[in-house]
Amino acid sequence: MLARWDVVFALLVGSIGGVIIGAIPGVGPAVAIAILLPATFSLDPIVGLTMLLGIYGSSMYGGAIPAVLINTPGTAVNALTSYDGYPMTQRGEAHRAVSLSYSASFWGGIFGILCLILLSPVLAMIAPMFGSREIFLAALLGIILVILAHRGQIFAAGLLAMFGIFLQTVGLDAVTYTQRFTFGQSFLSSGVNLIVVVLGLFALSQAFFLLSAPDSSPDAKPVTGRMGAGIKELLKHKRVATVASGFGVILGMIPGTGEFTAQFMSYTYAQKTSKDPDSFGKGSPEGLIASEAANNAVPAAAMIPLLALGIPGEALTAMMLSVFYVHNVIPGPQLFQNNIDLVYGLYFALIALNVIVMVFLLFATNLLTKIIRVPTRFLGVLILLLSFVGVYSLRNSLTDCMIAAGFGVLGLILKRLNLPIVPIILGMVLGGIMEVKLRSSLPRLKTPLDMIDRPIAAIIFGIIVLVLALHVRTLIKEWRAHQPEEDHDLHDSQTR
Amino acid sequence: MSRVKTLQSLFKRYRRPGDIVFAWFALIVSVLLLSQIADQTVWRNGGKLFAQPRFWPAVSLGGMALFAAFHLLGSALSERLEGRWQEVWLWITALEYAAWFIAYAAAVPYAGYLPTTLLFALALALRVGYRKTSTLLAAAVSAVIIVLLFKTFLKVNLPSGLIYESLPDGLRQIMLTYF
Repeated sequence: MLARWDVVFALLVGSIGGVIIGAIPGVGPAVAIAILLPATFSLDPIVGLTMLLGIYGSSMYGGAIPAVLINTPGTAVNALTSYDGYPMTQRGEAHRAVSLSYSASFWGGIFGILCLILLSPVLAMIAPMFGSREIFLAALLGIILVILAHRGQIFAAGLLAMFGIFLQTVGLDAVTYTQRFTFGQSFLSSGVNLIVVVLGLFALSQAFFLLSAPDSSPDAKPVTGRMGAGIKELLKHKRVATVASGFGVILGMIPGTGEFTAQFMSYTYAQKTSKDPDSFGKGSPEGLIASEAANNAVPAAAMIPLLALGIPGEALTAMMLSVFYVHNVIPGPQLFQNNIDLVYGLYFALIALNVIVMVFLLFATNLLTKIIRVPTRFLGVLILLLSFVGVYSLRNSLTDCMIAAGFGVLGLILKRLNLPIVPIILGMVLGGIMEVKLRSSLPRLKTPLDMIDRPIAAIIFGIIVLVLALHVRTLIKEWRAHQPEEDHDLHDSQTR
Repeated sequence: MSRVKTLQSLFKRYRRPGDIVFAWFALIVSVLLLSQIADQTVWRNGGKLFAQPRFWPAVSLGGMALFAAFHLLGSALSERLEGRWQEVWLWITALEYAAWFIAYAAAVPYAGYLPTTLLFALALALRVGYRKTSTLLAAAVSAVIIVLLFKTFLKVNLPSGLIYESLPDGLRQIMLTYF
């Protein structure tokens, strides 16, 4: 499958394009994937998915460059990289920091893919045990985790997740053929298109944000030195790299948690077990490795719930889900039985993209330092022009453009207020899954308890209860200690 | 007094200027939508609760209203920040760029993808304050690259401009197909 020229081309475009996009603060993989999504609909599933996977998997490599060189993460998930990367640059070790972050990213990326490949037989065995009830409960768990993951902003996250669920109910109900919240408007009968919302919230909002803010042009100095040196240094810290990658894999599989939590946990672990914990935040190579290895292990792991259950864990995999649907390839239990070639094709594409990116970065880092200097308002102009391609090419509808512009303004407000956008997208995707699966499981339910009368359903239900109980316990402990939750400006990174 | 402090410690949180305006807006929208649920959805007699077409809109809007109320409470109990209305004004000014986007989308089917993109790239670059020839040239080149990439090579589904119809035969066909 990977021997096809179009797949190889998509892999090259996706992985190199992803690095470039990741390296430019203010663009990010979500914007790029949102814009390219409609363009991939006309391609083969493996070609389109390979390109999007390339962007997803490689953007974090590129995002480390501005994080290290100018203290501005290229993508939101490179925020912790700047803690130790930038101090290293300040003391004249830019090439060491950059090469170390590439090596750690590569380690994390390959570790994540190997775990995905090793888990495949288990997935193939477990996935068929997931019926409608189990998938409904897993989607419900996803929604709960997405809300609870936004500590300090749980009410806002809940509000936005519920808004997402509401959005997917608008239009003609496919089962009862009744209109819901269409207000007599024909354009609402077909519902609110996910891609239009995604493009508005991620791409257009970013264009509006950059165009409204003062212009700036980051100044990144060229890096001199051998990029391969980082691999040798990484091997001295392979324990930190492996544990951080492990955190990335485990947390990447859990919907709603992803890179941020994986990074914080691995960074904390690295600091606690380090011989020199005081150097963390001041240019510690272990801190840099922990951050980069963890966030690069996540993309492969995030594919696990998507491929096995059809449940996306975050916004980027939610976008990829729509590519599967457009090509009538339905991720979920049947995928491993009916389309195993596609699954293995994706695995190998993930490995290949990590190798391509690594080779590209060894030679092209200084080229990327020039690209970083694009002025922010100029980027805003380009994102606005590119967003048009994404929205209008869907069905040549001016109404779609108006809806996307409306969501763009909403996205801008959320970014300015430091409120999360992702719950809206996951609410739309998981809300749709919950409605369909709950309805299809109803004929087999005589009492509400029948919902959890199968082992997997009972386990997921137990996890839901446990998650809620643990959250309530944390709240009570914090309240007793009179320490109200502080927001840690985590979502601030989404404005970059 | 101690109860007020307890309430504050439960709901107080970090926020930014304008948060309370958004919180009020979210609550009003949620309640307004919820008030329309009987008109905008159907209840099927005899059907199970979970299978009703009204069930999920009711759950989501009920949840929205509840979370919006708590969000507003948290906002009201948190420390007041200066600059609320300047922030709201910034949101309003962003509508200008939304209008640019819609105008661009409305113009493409008439003026054609290439001319409209070129024109908008230059006009928007001027609007946001770029005056240097090199920057304007970069905007124009970027616009042409975007058109070549998406319309010419990827053949993305974008309309041909009505204006192309008035071009001479050979050129018209090229413009309709590739630009």
